Amino acid sequence: MAGFNKVVANYQEAMAGLEDGMTVIAGGFGLCGIPENLISEIKRKGTKGLTVVSNNCGVDEFGLGVLLTDRQISKIVASYVGENSEFERQMMSNELKVVLTPQGTLAEKMRAGGAGIPAFFTATGVGTPVGEGKEVRTFNEREYLLEESIRGDFAIVKAWKADKYGNLVYRKTARNFNPMAATAGKITVVEVEEIVEPGELDPDQIHTPGIYVDRLIVGTFEKRIEQRTIRPSYNESGET
Amino acid sequence: MALSREQMAKRVAQELQDGFYVNLGIGIPTLVANYVPENMEVMLQSENGLLGMGLFPTEEEIDADLINAGKQTVTMATGASVFSSAESFAMIRGGHVDLTVLGAFEVDVNGNIASYMIPGKLIKGMGGAMDLVAGADNIIVTMTHASKHGDSKLLANCSLPLTGKSCIKKVLTDLAYLEIKDGKFHLLEYAPGVTIDEIKALTQGELVVDEQVKEMVI
Repeated sequence: MAGFNKVVANYQEAMAGLEDGMTVIAGGFGLCGIPENLISEIKRKGTKGLTVVSNNCGVDEFGLGVLLTDRQISKIVASYVGENSEFERQMMSNELKVVLTPQGTLAEKMRAGGAGIPAFFTATGVGTPVGEGKEVRTFNEREYLLEESIRGDFAIVKAWKADKYGNLVYRKTARNFNPMAATAGKITVVEVEEIVEPGELDPDQIHTPGIYVDRLIVGTFEKRIEQRTIRPSYNESGET
Repeated sequence: MALSREQMAKRVAQELQDGFYVNLGIGIPTLVANYVPENMEVMLQSENGLLGMGLFPTEEEIDADLINAGKQTVTMATGASVFSSAESFAMIRGGHVDLTVLGAFEVDVNGNIASYMIPGKLIKGMGGAMDLVAGADNIIVTMTHASKHGDSKLLANCSLPLTGKSCIKKVLTDLAYLEIKDGKFHLLEYAPGVTIDEIKALTQGELVVDEQVKEMVI
C-alpha cells in the first residue's frame, strides 16, 4: 500500500488483526447489502467471542448466521433477529446474549460513534423495556432516553463501487446501515463490486469519503434474496 | 360482519391525503398501498432507506439491491430517493412522515402500544416500530379487535412489553374505528353488520360511544 491506496491483496489481509472478543460492526439490512465475503473470512478464521453490531443476524446458512454455527458470536446488538432458528436456539439457551435495539437508535448509535459523539437523547423507547436503567431527561415537556453510541474494533461494509482511495458509492437500498458502519470502525474494511482509479468517480456523487476507509477489496457476491416477491409481467387488465 | 383484511386496508386508505408521505408496516398496513384513491399522490417510505416505494417487480425487474423493510423485492416509483438508515430515521424521528400505519398485539386507553414481544414466545425484536411510534404524530394502529380466543386487545392496561408509551390516538380494528383520548376509547365508527353491544363486549378498556357514531363506509 502506498499513499491513499487502500486496496489489499486478499481477504486474509482484509481481516488481519481481528482477534477473539473484539466488536465488529456490520452493514446490511436483512441479506441486502451485507459484506458476504468478509463474513466468510471471519468464519474461516474461526475468531470467537465476538460482539456483533448489525441490524439483523442473517439466516441459518447465509450472512452473519454462518458465524453462529461454530458459536463465534457471544453477543449481538440488533433490531430484528427473527429469521434464524439456530439464533433462536442459542438465545433461548443463553449461549448468545442479545441486546434488542430500536432500528433508528441503532443507526444513530453507529452514526454518533463514528462522529465522536459519546451519547445522545431520543424519544424512542421511553417507557419500554429498552429504557430500563437508562437516564431519562425532559426537554420541551417531553421525555427522552440517553443512549450511548457504539464504536467497533472493526467495521465490515459492502459498497457498490469504490476508487482506490476508498471513496464509496452504494447502490439502491443496499446502502442501509453501511455508511454509518463505515464511520464507526477503528479499522473499517470495505468490499465492493468494482474498484476504479481515483478521479473516475464524480466527487459530488460519493456517499462515503475515503477518510473512513482503511482496507478495500473487490469481491464477487451471491446477493441472496430473502423474500422474492413479484408481480406478473403481463395481466389482462393491463394494470402491471 | 367483521371486516376482512382488505376492507380494513380500504378504510385506512380513506385517511390518506394528497401529498402525504406514509410509512406502512408489515401485514394489513402494507395492503393500504393497494387502495390509494385515484388522482391522489402518496409517497411510501420504507425505513430501510427508500422514499417512493413502487410495485413489486416483474421477474425481469427483480433486483437484490432493492428491497423494502419487510425484505421483499420492490421497485421505485417515479421521483423516488434512496438513503441511509440514519437519514431514514431522521425522517421518522424528526416527525417528517405524515402518516404511519402499523399493527399491534394490544393497545390501551392511555395510548400505550405493545407490538413487538411476547415473552417466552416471540422475541424477534422491534425493528423500526419503536422509532415510528415515538417519532410520528399521526399513527393508525390496525389489528383484530380480539384474539382468536375472544380476548380483547383494547385494554385498560397493556399486558405485554410496550413498544411505545402514550403515543397512539387512532385504532382501526375488524369491528370498529376508535379514537383514544382522555384515558378512554371513543367509538367513532362500527363495521357494517356489527352492533355496538358486540364491540362493547370485546373492548376491555373503558369505551365511550361517540355521539356522532356511525356505520363505517367501505
